[in-house]
Amino acid sequence: MSLTKLSMAELAVLLRSRQISAVETAAEYFDKIEKEDGKIGAYLTVTKEIALRQAEAIDQKRAAGEELPPFAGVPAAVKDNICVAGVRMTCASKILENFVAPYDAAAVERLRQNGIILLGKTNLDEFAMGSTTENSAFQITRNPRAVEYVPGGSSGGSAAAVAAETAVFALGSDTGGSVRLPASHCGVVGLKPTYGAVSRWGLTAFASSLDQVGILARTVEDTGAVLQMIVGPDSRDATSCEQARGLFVADIPPQKKWKIALPQELLGAQISDNVREAVARAAHVLESYGAQVEWIRMPSLRYALSTYYIISSAEASSNLARFDGVRYGRRAQGYTDMNSLYEKSRSEGFGREVKRRLLLGAFVLSAGYQERYYRNALRVRERIRTEWQEVFTKYDAVLSPVSPDTAAKIGARDPDPVKQYKGDLCTVPVNLAGLPAVSVPFGKGENEMPVGVQIVGNVFSEQSLLQIAALLEREALI
Amino acid sequence: MNQEYEMVIGLEVHCELKTQSKIFCACPTSFGAQPNTHCCPVCLGMPGALPSLNREAVRLAARAGIALNCEIHTHSQMDRKNYFYPDMPKAYQITQFTYPLCTCGWLEIEGEDGKKRIGITRIHIEEDAGKMIHTPHGSLIDYNRCGVPLIEIVSEPDLRSAQEAKAYVQKLRSILTAAGVSDCKMQEGSLRVDVNLSVRKKGDLSLGVRTEMKNLNSVQFMGKAIEFEAQRQVGVLESGAAVFQETRRYNEETGRTEIMRRKEEAEDYRYFPDPDLQVVYLSREEIEQIAGEMPQLPDERLCYYQEKYGLPAQDAGLLSQNLSVSRCFEQAACHSKYPKIAANILIANWLPFFDFSGEEEFPQLWEQLSSLADLFGDARLNSGTVKNLAVRIWKTGEDPKTIAQRENLWQIQDEAALLPIIQNVLAECPRAVQDYHCGRQQALGPLMGQVIRRTSGRADPQIVRRLLIEILARNGEKENLGG
Repeated sequence: MSLTKLSMAELAVLLRSRQISAVETAAEYFDKIEKEDGKIGAYLTVTKEIALRQAEAIDQKRAAGEELPPFAGVPAAVKDNICVAGVRMTCASKILENFVAPYDAAAVERLRQNGIILLGKTNLDEFAMGSTTENSAFQITRNPRAVEYVPGGSSGGSAAAVAAETAVFALGSDTGGSVRLPASHCGVVGLKPTYGAVSRWGLTAFASSLDQVGILARTVEDTGAVLQMIVGPDSRDATSCEQARGLFVADIPPQKKWKIALPQELLGAQISDNVREAVARAAHVLESYGAQVEWIRMPSLRYALSTYYIISSAEASSNLARFDGVRYGRRAQGYTDMNSLYEKSRSEGFGREVKRRLLLGAFVLSAGYQERYYRNALRVRERIRTEWQEVFTKYDAVLSPVSPDTAAKIGARDPDPVKQYKGDLCTVPVNLAGLPAVSVPFGKGENEMPVGVQIVGNVFSEQSLLQIAALLEREALI
Repeated sequence: MNQEYEMVIGLEVHCELKTQSKIFCACPTSFGAQPNTHCCPVCLGMPGALPSLNREAVRLAARAGIALNCEIHTHSQMDRKNYFYPDMPKAYQITQFTYPLCTCGWLEIEGEDGKKRIGITRIHIEEDAGKMIHTPHGSLIDYNRCGVPLIEIVSEPDLRSAQEAKAYVQKLRSILTAAGVSDCKMQEGSLRVDVNLSVRKKGDLSLGVRTEMKNLNSVQFMGKAIEFEAQRQVGVLESGAAVFQETRRYNEETGRTEIMRRKEEAEDYRYFPDPDLQVVYLSREEIEQIAGEMPQLPDERLCYYQEKYGLPAQDAGLLSQNLSVSRCFEQAACHSKYPKIAANILIANWLPFFDFSGEEEFPQLWEQLSSLADLFGDARLNSGTVKNLAVRIWKTGEDPKTIAQRENLWQIQDEAALLPIIQNVLAECPRAVQDYHCGRQQALGPLMGQVIRRTSGRADPQIVRRLLIEILARNGEKENLGG
């Protein structure tokens, strides 16, 4: 069996027992990337030299009998909006085409401390804005399950790399579903941790109050182990939480009978039959394990999409203002004064979807409109948060679809941006409330494309979510 | 200015806080380093970099608020002010807009008609921008100042003249330096003033249209800018035209104010709460603790000097308003047997050389001062010598005892040594003696002067005076007896 087929847990056993070396493992992954990534397009940058140096160091330490972290030598990929020192970070935007990150993101530091080998940087929708990875300024990423389909987005490169077995796992970022959605479309596990559980230091900000570093992995067990590596408070991120400690081992047998809620608002007419059936089957499986599943109403979720697009665009319009061509990044030629430097650099540097959101964001914050749009959105956000909290006083978790449908074909998305945004219906309410959620593969749709189901829990309930996800994962395999 | 009009002035003072490191990162704040050496991903606005608030900046800002009699809020909030300018690498400034740390304070100035209380609307915390340097070959940017913590102190429109505005800034500087909040060095840009000014007919209750003058960096220029701008506005109104709400700059070379931009061109800063930072929280206990750690402020020192050293109010005022003057006096006072003499020597001989509106520190010559006060108090030196020495010490910093020893300046109190000199003087000045005997007391002066001169200024004037009176009286008796 090929090395690249192994999960992180399986691979780590071989590495620890020195049946294979870290260098051999990395080399095999790079071979596979060279052979197969041409048709998938998951990677924007491959960091072979860095990876082999890391791998050699680990092999030497292991040979010298040094105690190493349990997963040392496992190779992984990082979404290209997360800083890796000395490596180009483009955010899939022309404006950062030649930008080299001067430092490591906190999550990347943690991976390094755990001996994880960095294979390269993966493709995304420009600045993580989009849900198909078609908004990348550089390349299309194809769904490894069927290459005429999109992988979902915005962490489409990370999901595709894990699904194509060109990375053991990958880091992504999730502002409104950007980890869970591509995980669902590519048939891998995707976890968006509680807001503040993983430091955002080094993650290029899209919408600071919603962004969270997430994980794409082949199994629920691997997901928990990666979370264990990257979770924890960080003094450099004022929004990171002290509670973000603890163990995230998923294969503990469930000690309790779960109470699971199904919100009607997330299972309405917008949801395709394929997906609705998958959720229903998942509910049955959980019931068969003794869970109590009930329908609930969450009326505020009707406003989640507009609330999300107002807040995320408002924050983005401010966060992306730093890309102005002055200090770093792309500076346009032929400017005549300061303002034309800004205008030209930003006009040339940003793609259509990014510009759309920057304009929308500047508008909802502007004098005379801020109260009506941005401030109201903050109020609705509080209501949504409260409604989730009420649900979690009665239930352990909420079960829902991840996406209304399975992956679409490349180039087939609706040109109307508002219709595209509607695909985020089930994922954005989670970010608005800062909750953790996992997307776990659960069968296939009519087009034979994977379907994922989403389990949402209260803040810092990752442990429970992973246990429930593990039940569904086992059932889906049978 | 036309006497029918009065000025209405409010000031916005930006003041750098005296922290070791910047407000959102660990870079040093020190002034004068090589350009772009005190920078990191945070203050350069690199992608993925995040701010973490320096609590010391919050404590110092609260201390400023307490010193200025403000209400300190337990909860305040950092907001983003969005605008593009090359000195601001994030393209937004982190500041406090909706919920500032301090509100509703005041300070007291010596106005034209006595003491006057000037209201302080708010004090908020924010980060400084970098510095643009324009050269013929293009503009350069030094980001060292980026992220240095600032407070902005916004006054009520309570000031009515350039003089009051100057007194307000002086008082603010004296309080903030004393409180240890800031160095307040206008030349280094650690204190900068924006002036909001309008004029109106005296007796009018409504406010006129105001203009704003930005970034005045000396008290002198601020005074001149206010005079000019008020004059200009009165001229505009008197000609029947209207003043426009606009931002102006003061041209130090021409002495005039020039338009920068009209109100219609004013930017929409799209303020919103910074999602990268939590609400700024200071507990009541912390605020009390900060208040408890407050160093003595100028007006408290004034009272203290009056009580402890028995100084008159005016002297206590002169010694209390500048921290370095106070420090020198207090050290001398507690090392000397004669604090009041030390105060007099300092005020009479040194303060005339010191520029209160300047940025130089008062030299810390307290050892010399306390020794000089003791030598005078113990009658080892006479007042003339003390005056001479004080001026020399100001220039050279020498030790008074060493000079007095070297140059033999000790006061002569030995009557046996003084008597022959007095006899000689009396013999040589019959005219003055005559005058004295005719009842002109003031004739004593020139005689004393002569004696002191003949001792190279060293004779103890008290003793000389007593001896002169005694001898003259005796001589007079003799004459009467003889006649």
